[in-house]
Amino acid sequence: MKKYLSIISLMVFTLAVSAKQIVVCSSCSVKSIQKAIDLSTKGDEILIKEGIYKEHDLVITKQISIKGENHPTIDGELLGTVFSIKTDSFLMSGLKIINVGHSYTKDFAAVLVSKSKDFTISDMILEKVFFGFLIEKSKKGIIENNFVSSENTDEAGAGNGIHMWHCFDMTVRNNEVHNMRDGIYFEFVKRTVIYDNHSYHNIRYGLHFMFSNNNEYYRNKFENNGAGVAVMFSKFIKMRDNKFILNWGTASYGLLLKEIYDAEIHNNTFSDNTIGINIEGSTRINYSHNTFKSNGWAIKVRGACYKNNFSENNFIQNAFDIAYNSKLNGNRFDKNYWTEYTGYDLDKDGVGDIPYRPVKLFSYVVNQTPETIVLLRSLFVDIINFSEKISPVFTPDDLMDNAPSMFMIE
Amino acid sequence: MLKILKYSFYDLMRSRWSYVYFFFYLILGFVLLFLNNDVSKAIITIMNIILVLTPLIGTIFGVMYYYDSREFTELLLAQPLKRSTIFMGQYFGVAISLALSLVLGLGIPFAAYGLFQSSEIWNFSSLLVTGAFLTFIFVALSYNLALSYENKIKGFGFAILMWLFFAVIYDGIFLILMMSFNDYPLDKMALIGSSLNPIDLSRILIILKLDISALLGYTGAVFKNFFGTMSGMVTSFGLLVAWVVFPIWRIVGKSRKKDF
Repeated sequence: MKKYLSIISLMVFTLAVSAKQIVVCSSCSVKSIQKAIDLSTKGDEILIKEGIYKEHDLVITKQISIKGENHPTIDGELLGTVFSIKTDSFLMSGLKIINVGHSYTKDFAAVLVSKSKDFTISDMILEKVFFGFLIEKSKKGIIENNFVSSENTDEAGAGNGIHMWHCFDMTVRNNEVHNMRDGIYFEFVKRTVIYDNHSYHNIRYGLHFMFSNNNEYYRNKFENNGAGVAVMFSKFIKMRDNKFILNWGTASYGLLLKEIYDAEIHNNTFSDNTIGINIEGSTRINYSHNTFKSNGWAIKVRGACYKNNFSENNFIQNAFDIAYNSKLNGNRFDKNYWTEYTGYDLDKDGVGDIPYRPVKLFSYVVNQTPETIVLLRSLFVDIINFSEKISPVFTPDDLMDNAPSMFMIE
Repeated sequence: MLKILKYSFYDLMRSRWSYVYFFFYLILGFVLLFLNNDVSKAIITIMNIILVLTPLIGTIFGVMYYYDSREFTELLLAQPLKRSTIFMGQYFGVAISLALSLVLGLGIPFAAYGLFQSSEIWNFSSLLVTGAFLTFIFVALSYNLALSYENKIKGFGFAILMWLFFAVIYDGIFLILMMSFNDYPLDKMALIGSSLNPIDLSRILIILKLDISALLGYTGAVFKNFFGTMSGMVTSFGLLVAWVVFPIWRIVGKSRKKDF
């Protein structure tokens, strides 16, 4: 009996502890978030009511959850990081954080998470921040349904929206990031899924990652970013159903691939970019079912690319379909649909009877002398392209699609 | 002058060539829009046609009309009329009727396919304006050549050569020059070279309007910074106007001295 009593009393005690809720508001007994954090113990919930709280450098080392009611505003007054979290299994949602400090030497963030695991950050609104979410050496976290924005104009003085460094098994979904330096930035991030995000109007890249293997990116939309999306030095990544739109400028790409190995790029849409995909030193990549529409260059292949496979893609109304400046190196183009294809299909099997050469002479000339682009669409250029098409001299003569599709690929 | 302009204009109408030209553009416009219902795509196709065809037709019509109406001109010269009036009247008669055929012939199908509801209206009107400019320029140039050569074959030959030069040869030389001076900064040269040829200039103006400008962005904002700005627009239209005014001025000068 005594034993039971002690167990029951223990249970009641723990229940009482875990269920404790600390309410923060201007008329409550707890008026500041800092105080609520000080009062809390493991398992508590801090509920912040609507209002404006001018606080920063809030350090959380306990397993608590912080929730906001109607997005209470936490104003960092441009003084530094707002939340620094160093604990596992925490939960944060429904807050609005504004005015994070700017610095050229320190990475101030709205929410800094380090060495944590199993956490969730959701439904946050971050405005006028330096870094939005800065997550380091963490794993199994979920970042979802957040809005991150700032009012940056220069690259050096801006931070990244969702910045991860040395993280594993994370999930980043349904976030909206704009006007940051890089919308989403990963370095040494592994086994992470990124989906349904919308990253736009960022000064540099919509998405930027390096040394991040085995990640999956799908249904994201990258729009009108300064230089598009850049992905480098990574292996085994999957990108599918993403949209890369309207990345225009002197050095803008829909997607820049540099030193990427064994990747799948499937069913993405690249439209209205200066360069759809710029490929450099990337090997064993499968490009399939992508749509390239109204780009300056749909695909620009620089050196050191081996065994890339381009099959069943749609190339629609691009000024240049492919720019290519080296040997074929085992890269293959097969069964793509090209709007510029002028061949015929006598046996009506949906496959063109004569091969298509996607590299035009003018594209070769522009590669050598970029300024000649002023002659784009002139009659002379059409004539030289035509003569090159009939008997290739300058363009690699084995670079062709042997089975071009007659119909757009679904 | 207006009276002569009117006569020339009606003369062309009566000879039905204006109608042929008008119906050609009309049918072209309808067919293009029928084949792809997208106004913006049809504009790109039409750009290619306008840049090649309007100068060619302007050239041929100008020369043909001058040689054809020679007897009428001589009759007029016997009247107490200023020479500049006669030739200006004839020139504007031809140029206006051609430009009108172009603008109406392409304008009607596009208007019928809902151009006014489309955001492409400015692109389209700039296309028509440059097309009209090209007509005026090439009719004037060919008139110059016709005035200079009594021999019809020579006149025709040089007129066709002139068209070939501006439409094809110029770009070829330009391309070769740019490729051989590859090691030097070419931005300025490309800019100047492309504004000296009226066909190139019109092409770039239209391309920039059609937002293929994304491409030009690559080689340096130079083009966009020049042609895209207000002062660039004014300069380029000024150049087009100069291309009309200078040959006209020469027609007047030449006709004054010419011994008929």
